[in-house]
Amino acid sequence: METATINNNFKSEEYFINMGPQHPATHGVLRLLLTIDGEIIKKVEPDLGYIHRSIEKMCERDSYQQIVHLTDRMDYLSSHINNEAVCLAVENALEIEVPERVKVIRTIIDELTRISSHTLWWGVMGMDVGALTSYFYGFRDRELINDIFEETCGARLTMNYNIPGGLMQDIHPNFIKRVKEFIAHFKTKLPEYDKLLTGNIIFQKRTKGVGVLSKEDAIAYGASGPVARGSGYSCDVRKYHPYSALDKVTFNEALHTEGDSYARYLVRIQEMWESISIIEQLIDNIPEGDFKVATKAVIKLPKGEYYQKVETARGELGVYIISTGGKNPHRMKFRSPGLSNLSLLNHITVGGKIGDLVATMATIDIVVPDIDR
Amino acid sequence: MSYFSDIYHGIRTLLTGMGVTGKYFLHSRKGAITQQYPDNRDTLKMFERFRGEVVMPHDENNEHSCTGCQKCEIACPNGSIEIIWDRQVDPETGKKKKLIDKHIYHLGMCTQCGLCIDACPSDAIKWAQNFENAVYDRSQLTRVLNRPGSKVRAGVEE
Repeated sequence: METATINNNFKSEEYFINMGPQHPATHGVLRLLLTIDGEIIKKVEPDLGYIHRSIEKMCERDSYQQIVHLTDRMDYLSSHINNEAVCLAVENALEIEVPERVKVIRTIIDELTRISSHTLWWGVMGMDVGALTSYFYGFRDRELINDIFEETCGARLTMNYNIPGGLMQDIHPNFIKRVKEFIAHFKTKLPEYDKLLTGNIIFQKRTKGVGVLSKEDAIAYGASGPVARGSGYSCDVRKYHPYSALDKVTFNEALHTEGDSYARYLVRIQEMWESISIIEQLIDNIPEGDFKVATKAVIKLPKGEYYQKVETARGELGVYIISTGGKNPHRMKFRSPGLSNLSLLNHITVGGKIGDLVATMATIDIVVPDIDR
Repeated sequence: MSYFSDIYHGIRTLLTGMGVTGKYFLHSRKGAITQQYPDNRDTLKMFERFRGEVVMPHDENNEHSCTGCQKCEIACPNGSIEIIWDRQVDPETGKKKKLIDKHIYHLGMCTQCGLCIDACPSDAIKWAQNFENAVYDRSQLTRVLNRPGSKVRAGVEE
C-alpha cells in the first residue's frame, strides 16, 4: 500500500519540550521537562528552584516569633495552618498549654483556610480542563472567607495571626456572625459545584481513569493529603494525631479507592463538606478566656529536637526544629506535602497525553513556593 | 441502546450545568459581587484591622508616645524599622532620657506581619488602612514616621 510506505518514511521520534516556567497551567514558576513522542508523554522531569528563597536558612537567623511569618510564604493557600505548625512545635518545646479558646479559634480558621484553598483549587481545576465558569464561581465564594480573614487577622492571604503562645489579637466581634453567614451561603453553593462540574460528562471523561495512582505507590512516594486519600490510603493527620481542638470534633475522613484524577477531585469536594461540619460543631461554643498566654520576649527553646506535623490543605506538613538552647534554631526543616506529591507526577502521567498531564497536575494541586521554599 | 442512553445522559448533564449558569445570567443584578473599585473610592472602607502601612499617630500638640525603646526595631524580621535616637538631659529631674530623633520605616521592605505593633509597649505605632502605596521612585517608600518638631507625650514611660 502506498500510504504505508509514506508512513514508514516519517519515523516517530522523541523530542524534548519545556512546559513552564511561565506556563499558566503549572500554577507558578515550575518548569517541566517533557520527553514526548507525538502527544504521548514518555518522561516528565520537574525542574525546581525558580522560587527558592532559602526559608529554612532564614529561619536559623530569626527568632521564634519571626519564623512564623516566613511560613506564610511557603504554602500561601494554607498559611494559617503553616503558622500553627511552627507555633505548636514551639509551644510543645516550651511546655506551654494554650487556652481552650485559642485552640478552638485556631481550628475554625484552619478549616476556613482549607475551604478557601479547596474552592480556589476547584476553580482552577475547572479552568485547566477548559471550564472557565468554575473559576469565577470558586473565587466568588473564596472572597467571603478572605473578608473574614481580613476583618479578624488584618490580611487576606499572609495572615500571620498565630504567635507562639496564642493569637496576635482576639477575634473580631463580627467573626462568629460572618462565619455563620458564610456557612449558610456555602451550603447552598456546594451542590451547584456538583451540578456544574462533578456531573458534567466532559469533565468526567477528562478525569475518570486518568493518572491512576495505586495505594502501594502512594505510600512508596510518600504522598499525603487528598492525593493519597484518593488512592485509599488513610493518612489524615487530623484523625491520627489530633492537634488543637480536633480531638473534640467528629468528622469522617474522605476516602476514595479508585486513585484516578476523579477520585482526588471527589476527596476534595467531600473534605469541604467535612470542614463545614467541623466549623459548625465549634462555632457556637467558643470558650471564654484569654487569647494568648504571656511568653518571654526572647523565646529560648531547651536543647533538643522537636517535631510537629499538621494537615494542610495539601497534605502533611512537618516542622522539625533542632535547638541548641539559643534564641534561634540551630536547624529548621520543613517536610512539605507538595514536594512528595510532585515526585509521583512522572509515575502517573507517563503514557498519557499532554492534555491529561495538565488535568492530572491540577488534581495533585501543587503550590510551587511550598515545593521550593 | 446504551449508545442512545449515553447521549441522553451526556446532554442532560450539560443542561444541568447550563441551568446553574443560566440562573445567574438571568439574576445577574441580584448576586453581583464585583466592586467598581476606582469609582467607589469615596465610599470604600477597609476593615479596621487591615494592615496597610505602619503610621505613628500624633495628637493636636504634635506629640506622639514613642519612647525610643527600639522593641519594634528588634521585633521586625527584615529590618524595615530603624530608630535614630539620642540621650538628652531632662531639665526637671536632671536625669538623662532617651529620645527619638527619627523613626524610619521602609515600606518597601515591610511584609505586613504586625510583629512591631504587637511588640510596642506604649501603642505608639499602629496600622493605617490605606493601600494605594504606588510611588514613582522607591526612595519615596522610606518614611520618617515622627513629624518634624514633635516630642514624646508627657507621662509615657519607657
